[in-house]
Amino acid sequence: MYKTSIAVIGGGPAGLSAAIEAAKAGAQVVVMDENSRPGGQLFKQIHKFFGSQQHKAGVRGIDIGKELLEETQKLGIEVWLDTEVCGIESNKLLWVVKNKTKSVQVLAERIILASGAIENSIYFPGWTLPGVMGAGAAQTFINIYRVAPGKRILMIGSGNVGVIVSYQLLQAGCEVAAIVEAAPKLGGYGVHTAKVCRAGVPFYTSHTVLRALGENKVESAVIIELDDSWNPIPGTEKVFEVDTICIATGLTPLAELAWIAGCRFKYVPALGGFVPLHDDNMETTIEGLYVAGDVTGIEEASSAMEEGRLAGINTVASLGFYSDKQRERLCNEVRERLDALRRGPFGEKRKTSKEEIITSRKEIQCPQ
Amino acid sequence: MDEVKNIICRCEEVTVEEIEEAIENGATTLNEIKRWTRAGMGLCQGRTCRKNIARILSRKTGLDVKELMPFTYRKPVRPVRIELFEEKKNKGDLK
Repeated sequence: MYKTSIAVIGGGPAGLSAAIEAAKAGAQVVVMDENSRPGGQLFKQIHKFFGSQQHKAGVRGIDIGKELLEETQKLGIEVWLDTEVCGIESNKLLWVVKNKTKSVQVLAERIILASGAIENSIYFPGWTLPGVMGAGAAQTFINIYRVAPGKRILMIGSGNVGVIVSYQLLQAGCEVAAIVEAAPKLGGYGVHTAKVCRAGVPFYTSHTVLRALGENKVESAVIIELDDSWNPIPGTEKVFEVDTICIATGLTPLAELAWIAGCRFKYVPALGGFVPLHDDNMETTIEGLYVAGDVTGIEEASSAMEEGRLAGINTVASLGFYSDKQRERLCNEVRERLDALRRGPFGEKRKTSKEEIITSRKEIQCPQ
Repeated sequence: MDEVKNIICRCEEVTVEEIEEAIENGATTLNEIKRWTRAGMGLCQGRTCRKNIARILSRKTGLDVKELMPFTYRKPVRPVRIELFEEKKNKGDLK
């Protein structure tokens, strides 16, 4: 059995930020990630981030990832890659599988769950054909492996992921036939949407994909217009000759381990579905189990990093590394930055949704 | 093209029609649908199909999706080789 003070599950922006905060205070930390490289989604985010200077606005995700890794190394934080956390017990025992070949038990005084999110799928006849993939998968193809997923692409979903990945596919030399959006309005930030628009990609609002056609792989896709009640209007079908269909229809928090641990949950559509309740220190309804990042509700890398810091500070404080006064000062700094990130037309909804989670947590009496 | 199966759970190759049939036959929870059809019992353990099935169940029964609890999650949450359960593989420390 391996023993550690703090086990961080997930080496993305939230997990690494949590680990850095905890290690800075002097705690022993181990970060576990199922991927072969750390950094989560940061290394495929070649676009510049938004927000204030404090939040690294104008810096590309990939460079933020590099900074986090440098700090992780400098602090001597142990990072286990190709490591899957397969189970979690409320008494802080993790069942971990390394390289798919070795089973290890890890006993941790505190656990920070930063397992991120998974892309939503949609189904239509033909969606299991090779060539249909998540937009995030296409982004991994081009930005991590430098391989084009196809020649001509149909993007389903006009949110930030849909328009950003469309633009990056164009940069990678692919053709984007169209972006299809089921809602009557486009979903992404104006600046990203406008870039794709200027590149000449047509948008189809109030449309959805009806089916993918092809013998052994996608050869074409049929889309159809939707009426005000989201029902398909017969006779409005359009066919696109494409070899790839990318699905960018949102994300769902990846919280299986929190369910297994026995955390209480709440369904909040604005945060992507069921999310584990947590207090304003990021502790769940299970004592000693903290959460941070997309697993607590879909937001952005900037807020994931702040939540990670908050979880990191509080785990080490609960182990006696900080006085109450120090903890409050450090936490308030982070909370102010988090608040600043959750402003404006896109941020306000997330702010009230996150507050809903914290309020619901307060209403529950937890067995200690 | 109409003979193309409308698959919803690709791990277990369960179709939309099979889900609807289970609901018409009385399934009212995601766990019941899972046990009835095997949807969500495969390699991904419902990570891909769970939300889509919840939406069908909600549409057909009028139940609110926020009341539809996900399938019960069990360890291991990732596919694990059966040989890992052999005692000798579990001995020794990490390094």
